[in-house]
Amino acid sequence: MLELEAVSKVYRVGTFGGKELRAVHRVSFDVQDGEVVSLIGESGSGKSTIGKMILRLIPISTGRILFNGVDISTLKGVALKAYYRKVQGVFQDPFSSYNPIFKADRVFRILQQEYFPELSRSEWQDRVENALRAVGLNPDQVLDKFPHQLSGGQLQRFLIARALLLGIQFLVADEIISMLDASTRIDVLNLLADLKAEGLSILFITHDLSLGYYISERAVILYRGCIVEMGLTDKIYNHPLHPYTRMLMVSVPRLDRKWKEGEVQLRGQQSELAGGCVYYDRCPEADKDGSCRSHEPVLVEVEPGHFVACKLYPGA
Amino acid sequence: MDLQVRSETLYFAWRNTKLRVGLSVVLFFVALTFIGPLLTDYAPYDYVGPAAQPPSPEYWFGTTIFGQDVFTQFVMGLKATFQVGIIGGGLGTLLGILIGFTAGYRGGLVDEILNIFTNIVLVIPTLAILLIIAAYLEVRGILTESVFIGCTAWPWAARAIRAQTFSLRTREFVDLARLSGMNVWRIIMTEIAPNMMSYLLLVFILQFGGAVLIAATLDFIGLGPTNAVSLGLMMNNAVLWGALLLGMWWWFIPPGLAIMAIVGALYVTNVGLDEVFSPKLREM
Amino acid sequence: MSLQVEELTVYYQTLKGDVRALEEATFRVADGEIMGLAGESGCGKSTLANSLILLKPPMRLVKGRVTLDGEELPIHDMERMNSYRFERISIIPQYAMNALNPTQKIGKIIADLVRWRQVDFDDILPELKRRLDLVHLSYDVLDMYPIELSGGMKQRVVMVLSTLLNPSLLLADEITSALDVSSQKAVMEMLVSFRGWEFVRSVIVITHDLSILYQVADSILIMYAGQLAEKASTVAIIRAPRHPYTRMLISSLPEVGVKHAERRLTGIPGTPPLLLNPPEGCRFRERCPVAFEKCVDVPPFIQIEPGHFVACWKEFETNARA
Repeated sequence: MLELEAVSKVYRVGTFGGKELRAVHRVSFDVQDGEVVSLIGESGSGKSTIGKMILRLIPISTGRILFNGVDISTLKGVALKAYYRKVQGVFQDPFSSYNPIFKADRVFRILQQEYFPELSRSEWQDRVENALRAVGLNPDQVLDKFPHQLSGGQLQRFLIARALLLGIQFLVADEIISMLDASTRIDVLNLLADLKAEGLSILFITHDLSLGYYISERAVILYRGCIVEMGLTDKIYNHPLHPYTRMLMVSVPRLDRKWKEGEVQLRGQQSELAGGCVYYDRCPEADKDGSCRSHEPVLVEVEPGHFVACKLYPGA
Repeated sequence: MDLQVRSETLYFAWRNTKLRVGLSVVLFFVALTFIGPLLTDYAPYDYVGPAAQPPSPEYWFGTTIFGQDVFTQFVMGLKATFQVGIIGGGLGTLLGILIGFTAGYRGGLVDEILNIFTNIVLVIPTLAILLIIAAYLEVRGILTESVFIGCTAWPWAARAIRAQTFSLRTREFVDLARLSGMNVWRIIMTEIAPNMMSYLLLVFILQFGGAVLIAATLDFIGLGPTNAVSLGLMMNNAVLWGALLLGMWWWFIPPGLAIMAIVGALYVTNVGLDEVFSPKLREM
Repeated sequence: MSLQVEELTVYYQTLKGDVRALEEATFRVADGEIMGLAGESGCGKSTLANSLILLKPPMRLVKGRVTLDGEELPIHDMERMNSYRFERISIIPQYAMNALNPTQKIGKIIADLVRWRQVDFDDILPELKRRLDLVHLSYDVLDMYPIELSGGMKQRVVMVLSTLLNPSLLLADEITSALDVSSQKAVMEMLVSFRGWEFVRSVIVITHDLSILYQVADSILIMYAGQLAEKASTVAIIRAPRHPYTRMLISSLPEVGVKHAERRLTGIPGTPPLLLNPPEGCRFRERCPVAFEKCVDVPPFIQIEPGHFVACWKEFETNARA
């Protein structure tokens, strides 16, 4: 369905764009039909940048993103519009996703104007109401309201309903429940899982490891723009291989296990990247001879369906 | 905007006191520019009666030191002021919007080029250019003056609008509009511009006020219209001929007050519009 | 005997009337206790924390008493509270690490703050350096601007700063919510160490994240829509909650090890009530699966087991029968 081939994003910063800021570095992974893949990383790891590149909201610097075999960077005009009928996104902040001066259901009207001008008002209204019911909302309670009159959970469901109206095949869900309250966020997560069961492919972007585990078959762990580990969720969570992933797994607060003391290195100032391993500064396993600093590890398949980029594993 | 939203906006606009008061004052002066000429039989520079008369039933705003009717000059000058404000301020706003939106939304190289252009126009000593151009033209009308002003006053508006557009562009609802397949100009006009409506109006108001003041300055140094009368010219003449020393307040107070009232009322209108456009403020 | 809060009721004044953000809060935090204060956004947890230290308009004290180490705090009096703030009771406000004045060096910020409490910066400097050492920060940070520090470093500076005068009680409001998991753990463990080093006696940790509280808190107080729902030891709250809200909240939390395909979690249907005109009685009643006619009265917050307080009529009934 969706395939990323060595995708990079470099920003030029500073006076006259003299400095380069590497947001995403040679990222390759794919999402199969009807699969949920979690893209997990801390703030600044480039995970949202990847989502935005898939949605063509920002251009990629190098590499290719293929959707059903077609390079999406070539899409223009009508073809791009057709792409958006199949691929949609929902973002983190539900309130920022709506133009505050208009009513929330305007997102549906725009959709009709752009994609379904041939439908009559009542036909469209029926479809909207069905989509709203499909995401667990009562149309009478949520239509004709301003965004600030609805809850965050309702607004996120609105956007999922909007995507359903297009009959999409692929959804980029960028931290969509991190701003929702604990008691309602699980319902939105379940909704995604139900849609997945009906055949939707989802890229689930999150910083929350437990959410990734709950919903996805495969996970991609991102650190400073690079994939450090990816593979089947069970394998990554139960047998993390990369030192970074291992550190994450022991730091994640759980209700069934208490933290062990002293497993986390405090992070100092991050140094500039010099071409070596991105985790070099913080890694307790880093080579003292400096080969981790100079040598950039590549992803290798350590066991079936489990890739890691670290010198500890032969081949990397 | 569809009909329903528009009628709701109108409903809240009508309920807003600030908007009603502000608009009333502006409309009063607009009406005066149209009705005023009907109430006077004179031309602005006709010598119609005794000199330096205070307001009286015959000469409502009194007469100048030359015996010209101040009321006639006032209503004619009011018209000129509105013309300069609307044409000059409007042109300045329009250029600012065009350049600001393009630079802010497109970003990148387009932004940088427009930024350089904006900065160049910004640092050019506007008044000096206007002086030179004005000096070359034999006959100067209100329109020429307005166009000069508009063409040199837009840079700060462009900068402000660019910054606003830039911050709105990164909002997620703009991303969502792009995912809906909307084209660039439709996004700018239906997603970004409505959020800046009151801001754009403020820009226009300040451009309007600025244009009126620059016009007054030009008038003051003798480079104003050669074939018309304006409020600035009136104040200039009043000061020039010692109205302040002679205590002829009726000569300079009406034009000064009118400029203040118009700009002030537009400002109050703007605050009111802000409340109308923002649904959160409405409910208070 | 550290902190005793009795019937604390605080409303927010708005144009449309009082928002009843905190009702009749009565609880105790013992000497040396780290109490977690948890609940969803708008449940009143930040209102509770702020009213202990900075009760200013539009907040309005309706009634209640707060006693710290046996002495009543003049929480209604902004002026008189000045002599308690920072010295006896201190707060790390939400977003504190982003609130450091960006134009001043860290050292200057700290010097200004201690001078405000009539403490000489030079006198306290050796102790400050010792504490920076303990949190693995070099003295150089005193000569740095906030922008030069990472999020985790700033949070540690703020923690050292707010406990410099050894307050009796520290309020930590969402200090980890903007941090990455690895920094979260470091910051929380540091907070526990602060108690060990006696920089603070008791701590109230305010967060929406129960799994973090499980790691570090001795006890947890759960709030819902301005009312106290339950307070007990951490283990009791997580393993044997008695209030239906706590039970549903905990069972709705996804965790590493829980998969949708194997165990489908459920949320709590409905939304919290608006606190402008909240319903009478138990405010969880409309979303509660075990609500019955008694719930139209406000349930008292009482001890049903040693150290286990709960406000639920159904639970009282079950408990009485057992």
